[in-house]
Amino acid sequence: MDIILGIRLKESTLFATSKAFTRGISVLKATDDKTIDLNTHNMMAYTGESGDTTQFAEHIKANVQLFGLREGYDMESSEIASFVRNQLATSLRSRKPYQVQVLIGGANNEGEGFLSMIDYLGTRCDLPYAAHGYAAFYTMSLLDHHYKDDISLDDGLRLLKLCEEELTKRMPMDFKGLNVKIVDKEGIRTIDF
Amino acid sequence: MSRRYDSRTTIFSPEGRLYQVEYALEAINHAGTAIGIMAKDGIAIVAERKVTSKLLEQDSSAEKMYILNENTLCGVAGMTADAGILINYIRESSQEYLKIYNKEPPLEHIVKHVCNLKQGYTQYGGLRPFGVSFLFAGYDDRFGFQLYTSNPSGNYSGWKATSIGANNSSAQTILKQEYKDDLDLEDAKKLALKVLSKTTDSTKLTSEKVEFSTVSLASNGHVQLKIWKPEEIDKLLQESGVLEDTEEDK
Repeated sequence: MDIILGIRLKESTLFATSKAFTRGISVLKATDDKTIDLNTHNMMAYTGESGDTTQFAEHIKANVQLFGLREGYDMESSEIASFVRNQLATSLRSRKPYQVQVLIGGANNEGEGFLSMIDYLGTRCDLPYAAHGYAAFYTMSLLDHHYKDDISLDDGLRLLKLCEEELTKRMPMDFKGLNVKIVDKEGIRTIDF
Repeated sequence: MSRRYDSRTTIFSPEGRLYQVEYALEAINHAGTAIGIMAKDGIAIVAERKVTSKLLEQDSSAEKMYILNENTLCGVAGMTADAGILINYIRESSQEYLKIYNKEPPLEHIVKHVCNLKQGYTQYGGLRPFGVSFLFAGYDDRFGFQLYTSNPSGNYSGWKATSIGANNSSAQTILKQEYKDDLDLEDAKKLALKVLSKTTDSTKLTSEKVEFSTVSLASNGHVQLKIWKPEEIDKLLQESGVLEDTEEDK
């Protein structure tokens, strides 16, 4: 029941993930971070089979970092998305596939936002806004209604607030609030939301 | 006694040399010349094809110019059969890169990759090194036009203008004198043919003996790789004035 949300804005990409770490019917932690910084301008939010998620995220980060060292420049968002999809598609055809859903986002050199959603089957879709899991049911209508092309950061955060309110209202469990991160040309930062 | 350190590629001689690698480099110094010149708007590669017999079927396909991927081509000096293996390797790994990252590999990535393979044969025993040097010409978004050479030792280097194969040192000398930084592709094409005509043993250049290729950008920004056809090369030779020059020299 994790919440994994991403919104691509004009000059940045917004990520919101639930802070609750749950196992079965228990919340074990209220300060969980379901995101990982891949390099200075790209990050990944993930959900799925716990254990697989961390393992996969660290595997991707290590490879993105290695690419940077080998090639002398950081991997771009679209390259990362292709790489991650390839990894999941390869894993799917192995004896024990990773069961992980991810959102990949970042800002390119021109400072434009990027967002891509990929599931464990290797389905990839580049979108203006995306959500994995139950959160999608409650937020898609809001995002459909309010999202505009070239939306500013302030408008994006306002829209995210609407999503949070709706989720708090409708979700049957307490997800302990949202962990919100912004990626723009300055880099990645967490904000108080 | 001299055979003592010759026979194995991976053994240093007491002077600290790897003879098999040096012999491979020497083999390339006897192969047909290939010259590459980078201009601000493209790269020209020209190579000399050694015609072995009049009876040999002269098909139009180039023997020493190969397209590697959407934005790279290469010229070859050395053993063509060895080159075939390496070119296949480059094409395959290039497509693999494209499959994973959905982007053409940067030129230096390809060069580095194939050089790692070449290096392996100077260190792991029982096999001989690849007897091939390459001229890689290509374009990528980060560094624009680039020209690299690689040799059997596994070293590679980037150049504005360079040559490999027979008479490469004299070709290099002429290039050093004639190369200018503001060269455009037309100038580079002419200069490449001029240098080849001056360094090659054959008296008159014809499309039978010359292979030619260019890298440039089309008006839509796409990379244009072209391996020239014999008729086009003949026309180019006419226009370049190289043919008259050689007659005057006599």
